Parts: sequence; C-alpha cells; structure tokens
Amino acid sequence: MAQRGSCLQEENKTAQFEAIALPLFGAAYNLARWLVRDDQDAEDVVQEAYLRAFRFFGGYRGGDSRSWLLTIVRNTCYTWLQQNRSRELTEPIEDKLDEVEISTENPETRLMQSLDAQRVRQALEELPIEFREVLIMREMEDLSYKQISTIADLPIGTVMSRLARGRKRLRELLVSRMSKETLN
Amino acid sequence: MHPYLDGELDLVRSLEIEEHLVDCQRCAQAYNELRSLHSAVSDTALRFEPPAALRNRVRSALRDENEGTNRSLRLSWRWMIPAMSFAVLVIVALSLLALLNRPSTSDLIAQEIVSSHVRSLMEKHLTDVPSSDQHTVKPWFDGRLDFSPPVKDLASAGFSLVGGRLDYIGNRPVAALVYQHRQHYINVFVWPSTGASDASERALVRQGYNLIHWTNSGMNYWATSDLNLAELQQFVQLLQN
Repeated sequence: MAQRGSCLQEENKTAQFEAIALPLFGAAYNLARWLVRDDQDAEDVVQEAYLRAFRFFGGYRGGDSRSWLLTIVRNTCYTWLQQNRSRELTEPIEDKLDEVEISTENPETRLMQSLDAQRVRQALEELPIEFREVLIMREMEDLSYKQISTIADLPIGTVMSRLARGRKRLRELLVSRMSKETLN
Repeated sequence: MHPYLDGELDLVRSLEIEEHLVDCQRCAQAYNELRSLHSAVSDTALRFEPPAALRNRVRSALRDENEGTNRSLRLSWRWMIPAMSFAVLVIVALSLLALLNRPSTSDLIAQEIVSSHVRSLMEKHLTDVPSSDQHTVKPWFDGRLDFSPPVKDLASAGFSLVGGRLDYIGNRPVAALVYQHRQHYINVFVWPSTGASDASERALVRQGYNLIHWTNSGMNYWATSDLNLAELQQFVQLLQN
C-alpha cells in the first residue's frame, strides 16, 4: 500500500509540475529561440530547461510561476551559450554610434517604413543579447520591470536603462538599414 | 518616457507626462515613434511558436527523469519501512543482476559518463590529442591504454572528429573520442568489455544529456551528447557499421 502511495506521489508531482509548467511552454520556447537564435538549439535548450525545472520543482513555493520558469529557461540558455558559443556573450555593448549611420534625412519616415515583421525580426536578431533579452521579455512576454529584474537577475535601474538603450539601438538599426535600402 | 510607455509609472507622474505630451511637439513625436516601435516588436508575427512534436518529447523526457531519480530521493520517514523493504529487495536484485553481469552498474557508469562529458566541455579540456585524422588519434592511445580503441572517420556524414582524450570511468582508464556535429560535441567513451556477449543498444537520458550504450566485439561504448536522440542514434549507427 505504501508502495502504491509513493507511485501516486510521483505521478502527482509530474501532474502538478505539468499543470504549472506546460502552459508556459510557448513563452519558454519563444524566449529560448530569441536568445540562442536557432530552431534546433532552442528545442534542445527548452527540453533541458524543463528537465531542470522539474528537478528543482521542490523549491518552487507557489507565486509567480512565469518568473520562476523563465528564470530557469534564461539560465539554461546562458549556460548553453557559454558552452557552445561563448563568443556571443562577450561582445561589448557600448553604443557604436560611428558604425550606425544616423545622418539621414527624415529618420522618422525611415523608421515608419521599416516596421514590417521581417525587418524588425532581422534587427532584433542583430541586437546584442543584453538588449535583446530585455526587449523580448518586455514587449513579447509582457513582463513587468520587476519580473524582468528577477528573471535576468538585474537591478531594476539596469533593466530600465537596457530597455531604453535597446530600443534606441533597435531604432538606429532599422533607420540605417532602411536608408541603405532606399539608396540602392 | 519609457516607464510611461510600459505602464510602470505611478498615477501622478503619468499625468504629468500626459500633460507634457500635449504641449511639447518634439516629445510627442518621440513618444509616437516609441509607441510604433513597441507595436512592431510586440506583434505576434514575431513570436516563435514551438514545433508540435517538442511538447511531447519534453513530456516523455520528464517521465524518464521521474523514473530515474525519484525513488532514491524520497527519505520521508513515513516511507522508511516500505522503503527499507524495497531497499532489501533492491540489494537482492542487484546481487543477482551483478551475478548475471547485467548493467545495473551502468547507472553509476551513466552518471560518471555525464560528469566526464560536462567536465570536458567546461574546462575546454576536450582533447589530449587534437586531430581530425583517425590515423593520428588511434595510435596516440598506444602505450597509454592497454587496448586500442577503434576510431572512425565520419566527416562525410557531418560528424567531424575533434580528437581523443584519456579519461577515467568505472575505476579504469578509458578512451574518449570526441566528435562534433554542428554546434554539439559528442563524447564516445570506449573500453574493453568483460561480458561474454554483445549487448544491444540502450538509450538513457541523464541531466538532459542523451546517452547511448552498447557493446560490440569485446568493447563497451558510451556515446553522450546534448544532441537530440534521433541524430545521436544516427551517429551511433554510423559508428557501428
């Protein structure tokens, strides 16, 4: 009888975990895919993250399940990147204004022209990862500053500044690409 | 302006900003752009949806994980007695299995394999002899091991040989052959087998890593990688041919 009880407890744990973690599957995959920038690698990372989350499930004491799970997903992405593409993590993120041509007439028009999905996707992929991750979390996953600061383990001030700088850099990328296109 | 856009400002300051935007043309323009950017990025067209099969794969991986680790972790006192009788049964079973030379020890081996694999990646100590030439790697083991591991060239199939390494598994020195497939490293551990007959393939998952184990012609093989199981099996097939 006790034997059967422990089986039920395991099934219960799986069921409880799935009830909390599976609804977040889409968000987990989207974040992972934007961080590692490859379909197959994102699949591997998401699987790894869910296994880890399952293992750490004992430490989840209720509350914000999205922050809990996405923290694990983000950390798994970074660990994976560290092991497989560590170069991407060490790119400096100072504003390389001299690289991006902002000397263009009508930047507002250019920006508006550039806001189709394909161009925006490309520009996002080109952002340094520190900017990309906060933008994705804020814009696509609709996470609050507090949640982002928990997940990315950053002070809220840093979250705000990265968001502002990230948006600025995104805008610059879009405007400069758009003017190059129109020139050609 | 950004916290205002993100709805993170308190009411008082939000109202202040709203009033300012009415009056200030430049700021209104800038805010408009910010809002358009926000619209564009939060557009659902930019979301990546997970492939349908992935959810099921993850669920089955969870079940594997559940079976593998749960029993040994449960130490609640209520389960002590049944756990102890279960433990006695396990000891008896293990002894029998050990007598039959079945791979119950392979669970410990699997853990060592994963640890060695991860360690080789962490310290960038992937190889002792870095070479993609099987005719360099194989003889390197001469004099370092008491057996000669078979080394295959699978570059044409997309699995390039990165090199070889001495490792230590199950209380003996073993050969580790390192292959690479796209961004993934595969460690293949080889050492002589003490069993009488060839064991067919077993696939395991440990800590999210896939492991495939088999014996052939008197050698134990363990292939492990973070590569997905399907491609790892493909790799193993190539090795076995």
